[in-house]
Amino acid sequence: MKDIVSIMGSAHTNVKHDSAIKHVTGQADYTDDITLPEGALHAYLGVSNIAHAKLLDIDFSEVLSTPGVVGVLTADDVPGVNDISPTHLNDEPVFPTDAIQFHGQPLFAVVAETRDIARRAAELAKIDYETLPHALDPIAAQEAGYPHVTPPLKLERGNVAPAQAAAPNRIKGRMSVGGQDHMYLEGHIAFAVPGEDDDVVVHCSTQHPSEAQHMVAHVLGVPSNAVVVNVRRMGGGFGGKESQMNLFCAVAAMAAKKWNRAVKIRPDRDQDMTATGKRHDFVIDYDVAFDDNGRIQAVEGSFAARCGFSADLSGPVTDRALFHADNAYFYPNVRLNSHPMKTNTVSNTAFRGFGGPQGVIAAERMIEEIAYATGQDPLDVRKANFYGTEDRNITPYHQEVEDSILDRLVGELEETSEYRQRRQDIIAFNKTSPILKKGITLTPVKFGISFTATWYNQAGALVHVYNDGSIHLNHGGTEMGQGLNTKVAQVVAEAFQVDFNRIKITKTTTEKVPNTSATAASSGTDLNGMAALNAVEQIKSRLVEFAAEKWNVAPADVVFHANQVHIGEEILPFDAFIKQAYLARVQLSAAGFYKTPKIYWDRAKGQGRPFYYYAYGASCSEVTIDTLTGEYRVDRTDVLHDVGRSLNPVLDKGQVEGAFIQGMGWLTTEELWWDDAGRLRTHAPSTYKIPLASDRPRIFNVNLADWSENRELTIKRSKAVGEPPFMLGISVFEALSMAVASVADYRECPRLDAPATPERVLMAVSRLQEGR
Amino acid sequence: MTYRTDIQFVLNGRDVSVPNVSADQTLLDFLRLERRLTGTKEGCAEGDCGACTVLVGRLGDAGLTYVPVNACIRFLASVDGCHVVTVEHLSGPDGRLHPVQQAMIDHHGSQCGFCTPGFVMALYALWMQTPEPSEAQVETALQGNLCRCTGYEPIIRAAVAVSRYGTPASDHLNTERDAMTARLAALKDGRRVVSGPKDSLSILPSSVDDLAECLQAYPNATIVAGATDVGLWVTKFLRNIGPAIFTGHLEDLKTVKRQGSLLLIGAGASYTDCQDLLSEHLPHLSSYWDRIAGWQVRNMGTVGGNIANGSPIGDTPPVLIALGAEITLRRGTECRTLPLNEFFIDYGKQDRQPDEFVASIQVPLPGPNDLDAAYKISKRRDEDISSVAVGIHMTIEEGTISNARIAFGGMAATPKRASAAEAALNGRPWSRESFEAAALALPQDFSPLTDWRASSDYRMLTAQNLLRRFFLENDAQTDTPVQLAYA
Repeated sequence: MKDIVSIMGSAHTNVKHDSAIKHVTGQADYTDDITLPEGALHAYLGVSNIAHAKLLDIDFSEVLSTPGVVGVLTADDVPGVNDISPTHLNDEPVFPTDAIQFHGQPLFAVVAETRDIARRAAELAKIDYETLPHALDPIAAQEAGYPHVTPPLKLERGNVAPAQAAAPNRIKGRMSVGGQDHMYLEGHIAFAVPGEDDDVVVHCSTQHPSEAQHMVAHVLGVPSNAVVVNVRRMGGGFGGKESQMNLFCAVAAMAAKKWNRAVKIRPDRDQDMTATGKRHDFVIDYDVAFDDNGRIQAVEGSFAARCGFSADLSGPVTDRALFHADNAYFYPNVRLNSHPMKTNTVSNTAFRGFGGPQGVIAAERMIEEIAYATGQDPLDVRKANFYGTEDRNITPYHQEVEDSILDRLVGELEETSEYRQRRQDIIAFNKTSPILKKGITLTPVKFGISFTATWYNQAGALVHVYNDGSIHLNHGGTEMGQGLNTKVAQVVAEAFQVDFNRIKITKTTTEKVPNTSATAASSGTDLNGMAALNAVEQIKSRLVEFAAEKWNVAPADVVFHANQVHIGEEILPFDAFIKQAYLARVQLSAAGFYKTPKIYWDRAKGQGRPFYYYAYGASCSEVTIDTLTGEYRVDRTDVLHDVGRSLNPVLDKGQVEGAFIQGMGWLTTEELWWDDAGRLRTHAPSTYKIPLASDRPRIFNVNLADWSENRELTIKRSKAVGEPPFMLGISVFEALSMAVASVADYRECPRLDAPATPERVLMAVSRLQEGR
Repeated sequence: MTYRTDIQFVLNGRDVSVPNVSADQTLLDFLRLERRLTGTKEGCAEGDCGACTVLVGRLGDAGLTYVPVNACIRFLASVDGCHVVTVEHLSGPDGRLHPVQQAMIDHHGSQCGFCTPGFVMALYALWMQTPEPSEAQVETALQGNLCRCTGYEPIIRAAVAVSRYGTPASDHLNTERDAMTARLAALKDGRRVVSGPKDSLSILPSSVDDLAECLQAYPNATIVAGATDVGLWVTKFLRNIGPAIFTGHLEDLKTVKRQGSLLLIGAGASYTDCQDLLSEHLPHLSSYWDRIAGWQVRNMGTVGGNIANGSPIGDTPPVLIALGAEITLRRGTECRTLPLNEFFIDYGKQDRQPDEFVASIQVPLPGPNDLDAAYKISKRRDEDISSVAVGIHMTIEEGTISNARIAFGGMAATPKRASAAEAALNGRPWSRESFEAAALALPQDFSPLTDWRASSDYRMLTAQNLLRRFFLENDAQTDTPVQLAYA
């Protein structure tokens, strides 16, 4: 009897998102929904209308004479340090003092009684500047002699030059890969409430509350203990709210302290998109040497990135591009260099995959080149170059790949998607269809899990058990839709053996867990789940000790099971047991902590084990293109993805589906377009086109590799899921490429640049048809 | 004459009277800031993301109908006499979750949840109209809703399952339909409404004749029909649109009917209002119509507005010009009619006097020997502005082409006919060669721009290829598909 009783919502079950009811009823509060205190003010940013200039003067007389305007904030109002650089390079001011570095750069903020007044008044400032020449993209920046925004990275293994000389085949090429706007549905927002002494409380929508806290303290010139940052939930983050909220938090906090009134700042969508960073665009030069069977002998790659005017997170982003420039393939001899270029554009930042996708797509381009050059099915080239398990398993950064499951995973997907047969059918179809052409491709992904900044791989949690048996859970991670809170609560429920709904999930706040890392790098569950489990284990061990002593049983005879505690022969309901423990003065609260083991990284040497483990996946996509217009349709996609032993299969599947579509969007319709003056012209959903429901593959089969289990001791043997499936979207890009290649009988790699908009597809078709 | 000065409507369950409504006050700001109904979200403030979707019920000639609209670009004044339904009103008096909400929860249709109320409202409207929709119908209904988290899959699964959770007949908007009809009827007092501060007046004429009078009194007024463009003048460009004359409630301006060999489209008819009649008589416009913006915008935006604002990239002018449409403008009591293509003079310049308004569009129905097509090319298939749009019309008699009318959008500063291409076709045989000649003549007609939607080269090549597509699609020799099918 006892064995079939179990709790509701334990680990490895399909628990619904904890806020689902609130989402569908509109009762979930986002920062903009919080009731403002009496007398609250609103701030709005004034921005530059030139890409590069010397800032001479700003005349605020018309701004300040506008009824309802309370004042303006400029660099002069920064009480502490005028710097919000997340890597402490002091290269990113809240507001600049003398240099305008991109079109749309925030120069000041207007504070007024209403947001509308502040927004209108911000247009009235007269900005006097002296124009300077600008460079918008990494190539123009290199030509203009612009510096790196952060030191570049080199990864090297083997001996490249002799291997290139000895190889029978060698192809060099260049690929441009576009950036991507996060287009979270909830834009940036922060709202600061001043307190006594130096205190300020900031409600905002950041993935990194601790950094926001530290930045606000840095800018205000006060210790971190004066600043509290709260995040209940975000309306999407995707990396866009990792460091980019610092500006808004700093402005709201500065204004709140200056006028001693609560201040909210919320840019409109256009300002959100022009003033905050995006995924880095890259120009990648590759040089791949291979044998006649298509096996890679040597790879040389140069990755130049549009970083924008400051470093922000460009260092680790461009590093991660190199870490993933091998994707799933063994390069016997390899040299990879990053060029994190300064440009007169908004400073680019984290975005799901964090440079990894740009590395992976370069690897897949080289595979494509080899396949067309050798006349093989690209899948055979892929398989011939997969990492081995015993040998051929050292990455360009000298980490051994110990856990590859790609042979099995890709093999299964190849079968279930009927890839081989369909490829044959498609080649036959293309022979008989003059206008519509099809393509099919199966691409793998291997993605390294851990922050490459090793110290980030730590987390804390705070668990209270109240004396009525209800449980309060807090951890350092932030909820942005991924279901982190749900998963961590499942871990806690299982550990205490209580129903999920006994656990109250609370807002993330720097008051409860200090010095947290960003909820980023797919790490949220891995880190915070372990920290929460550690807290629970601490409380449980005290409870066990208490029960063993009071009931005079061995500790092993105290068992938590299904909302009850079994103590020898006696069975107590969980809450009754907790009451007893409380009366016996057992501490029912604990702070948990976790740090990821095994990892280290020597950046100067380019060697180490930056990743605790790898997550794997594969997708197979079929597309049809119209060779008259370049329009296309994704006919079918099959996905098989590895999340280890899933904590919550339905939430994980949701991550995989969503990431695939987002990755597909990056490579198809999402195009960032700057005019010659450096003004971003695709700055709202009217001009920047993320996928719609009708862009989904017409058939979409998504499965988790339910046999997979993390060989490392991660939380319940699960694997991170946020970023890795983003790169599954590459199968669509590669399938488009095959469809294009069909017009020249697959003799030539079409060398599509990303995103493959209908225009790029048509122009590539036209180029191949004309033999250019 | 005494004017009413407050805007009256029903908000969820309550009668609301708002005095002094300025022309530029949006419904969304009213809901969020003044009523604290924060379930309705601002995602883009331009009618593209759908996070602000609410239902607006209007009592018209066809009774009380509810449609989803974008509250962000809907002006508060324009909901006078309507029933506005927000997500907070969905669960009904008993507090139980609505079938749409329960289906979304059970299918894991929300992740971050910010877009969710908007999806719920769009799906609510769909379910009331089509309780058991196909996936294709769901996709069409959701063209105006962006989700960045889920990839849509679970939302689609929820949408096709809603009918298992309940039927529209028992939904409280239906059970209370008669009572609401009576409440809204009582709000129709037949008076002109003039509200708002002097520099930002909101004017709602009581009839089409009154509209003509209002325009004579306020010749520089902004005429606001669906507000799907004017809304952005306010939310994006902070323009003062006052005085604004709202026309959305004028039933007489919404007439859509066949009159002999013509289709008559009132300038105030929304895209949705026209859809059935157009699909019946001009089937080539059926799928084209579904690609104009998203559902919410099609419920608001009007064909008259799409023409009157003179945009070179409006979806309807090219196809209407190709059909030989005429428009009628009215000034005071005087009307004049001109061919649609003559209305567009230059970029931003149309043949309309300040106190004149577009009253109707007359579209001749094609004859038995006519061929018609409408093509739209955009970066994203749905809810995107065209990089190139074209309407093609011609008569084929005994294998010879005549009467070719080919009008392009996105190729010039105005919607414009391709005279050289037309000349290359008229009098020529129906053949690949004739269309090749027409394609090669297009550079004489156009020198398109490069912008973020497309390059000049792409626009030209695609425009040429669309003529080739038209030939292939209609040629008896073609035995393979020449266009992607979606459904």
